[in-house]
Amino acid sequence: MASVVALDSLLDSRRVWRGQPQQRAPSKQPTGFAALDSQLPSGGWPESALSELLLPMDGIGELRLLWPTLARLSQAGDASPDGKIALIAPPYLPFASAWANAGVRLEKLQIVLAQPRDVLWATEQCLRSAACVAVLCWPLQADDRALRRLQVAAETGQCLGFAMRDAKAAANPSPAALRIVIDTAPAQLRVIKCRGGNPPTQPIPLSALAR
Amino acid sequence: MLWACILLPQLALDGVLRRHAEPDQPLALISGPSQRRVLHAVNKAAEAEGLRAGQPLTTAQTLCHHFAKVDYDSAEVERAHDFLAAWAYRYGSLVSRSVASTLLLEVEASFKLFGPWPRLEARLRSDLSELGFRHRIVLAPNPWAARALANQHDGLAISQQVHLQNALGQLPIDASGLPHDVCENLHRMGLRTLQQVFSLPRTALGKRVGANTLQQLDRLTGALPTPLPYFQPADVFKARIEFNYDVTSSQALLFPLRRLIDDLAVYLAGRDGGVQQFLLRLEHDRGHVTEVSVGLLAAERESSMLFEFARGRLEPLTLDASVCALQLIASDLPAFVPAGRDMFDARPQQAMPWQQLRERLRARLGDDAVHGLAVRADHRPERSWQIDVQKKSSPLPLPRPGWLLKQPIPLRDHRLRILAGPERIESGWWEADVRRDYYVVETSMGQRAWAYRPVGELGEFMLHGWFA
Repeated sequence: MASVVALDSLLDSRRVWRGQPQQRAPSKQPTGFAALDSQLPSGGWPESALSELLLPMDGIGELRLLWPTLARLSQAGDASPDGKIALIAPPYLPFASAWANAGVRLEKLQIVLAQPRDVLWATEQCLRSAACVAVLCWPLQADDRALRRLQVAAETGQCLGFAMRDAKAAANPSPAALRIVIDTAPAQLRVIKCRGGNPPTQPIPLSALAR
Repeated sequence: MLWACILLPQLALDGVLRRHAEPDQPLALISGPSQRRVLHAVNKAAEAEGLRAGQPLTTAQTLCHHFAKVDYDSAEVERAHDFLAAWAYRYGSLVSRSVASTLLLEVEASFKLFGPWPRLEARLRSDLSELGFRHRIVLAPNPWAARALANQHDGLAISQQVHLQNALGQLPIDASGLPHDVCENLHRMGLRTLQQVFSLPRTALGKRVGANTLQQLDRLTGALPTPLPYFQPADVFKARIEFNYDVTSSQALLFPLRRLIDDLAVYLAGRDGGVQQFLLRLEHDRGHVTEVSVGLLAAERESSMLFEFARGRLEPLTLDASVCALQLIASDLPAFVPAGRDMFDARPQQAMPWQQLRERLRARLGDDAVHGLAVRADHRPERSWQIDVQKKSSPLPLPRPGWLLKQPIPLRDHRLRILAGPERIESGWWEADVRRDYYVVETSMGQRAWAYRPVGELGEFMLHGWFA
């Protein structure tokens, strides 16, 4: 052999399947919900990656799911101008006092209004820039390639990306690191893909999402 | 004091060449009345074809038939001179442009900041080469000596009075900058160098050449200090490029635009300022003008950034008529405050600060596309938020939905379940009197909605928000 490969680096790159679950470093981005954290392989949102929330309709709990994370991220940053939370083309107006009551520091919040064809471009710019800690986007038409671009951009910018999409897209494969479907009847979360482990078989009832 | 004289021997030609698309092709500046056009200056390629400055245009056309002709414009030369003075201003506060084709710059005060003269000189030279101006630089203890020595030398640096006497003494009278008739006069007396002139008795010399020339000689040696009018950079940046062909696509404007913006960046760096807003004027035939305004939220001065924003505004433009000139006007020039950054902060590649990202988004999506959010102290939901982040107030501790609809819409659902309410919200009596009872309802699909009914009515609910 020309070069000696360190065993640790070989195992870390996860190209060797060892037949046993591997202890991974816990995520630095907990969701804020113990019930959900315990089900995710990294114990939180996948870092520097895109997560997908698949919603059958509007207003069924995507903000309740994200608010604790956004509140934590917005309070972590100091007075620096960076560390923004960008909302790209949100479907409605964010109600300022509700977001503030949820603990999100509004001065960190930036809303980007974009035409449907510019949403993906704007999201990619924000993810890649490293000026944002989290980017939430509502792309109307996002195919596999577009999502892969966003995933790569999130890795480059070391940023949490969240894409809110229609639940119909759950059947299509996606390069996102984590995919969560929110059901209404019964109200529950289903993790259908999570990188680094098998998705949990049991859905998590939304009522369990109490801190 | 030490004065650097920057002599620009081909100011007019260089000013044209640096903006020309093909500077390596034969090119000549033409001046003179229309009956007798003569070549004012020629570039290297034209010189190789046999063209010389001072030739009549007809002679030049017989020698070479394909050279580019540009009209000599003295106003344009003045502008280039001003621009270079603004550039020199960043290296010293005492800049004079009162002598033609020359910049006089006091540099001794700047040595602490820019390093000793050889380093500063290298900097001046590299800047000028980058800007596309040929130059000769001489350092001397007084500006007049520096100017005279620059006629003969390039790169000479004299910092002491003793050496100055020597160097001036060796200068031929023709190159001393004295008026032509005085030079001829001295020549007839058999004098060849300034040394010979200086050694003459002063009274006798005064009788022969006049008091004015004596004063001029005293200025050279520094015996007669003469203040110079100093340059003050203008508060408005204006630059204009005229095309000698018609431009019909906005793509073709990018090259001249880049030149203009580079000049603007040089000017801003000299002022230590930034630009917040600038105007691009695309001039068409018969005085029609298309104006493109480029506005930034914070002052910037980096050339590549400014170019990118201007390009973002220019590219979507469809030109109705061909453009014959492009002008850039920047009048809003606030102080530039660079963003603070942690020295040990490891940042990923391609990272850009938020201000830059915001400008990039605004350039493509529109001026109002990016905004913040703040609470406004008002109980009416439509008015309880604002995009002005400066004025903020604390939120009401009431249950409010995360999403608000811009316009309430009817909520058509027969199996609504009321979870909470009513909460009455009334508008002020001084405007349209609206009184609403708000409820938190659950739809048959399991969504939680914020809906209202006008007071006293039992009709259908109007949806105003989602508790997402």
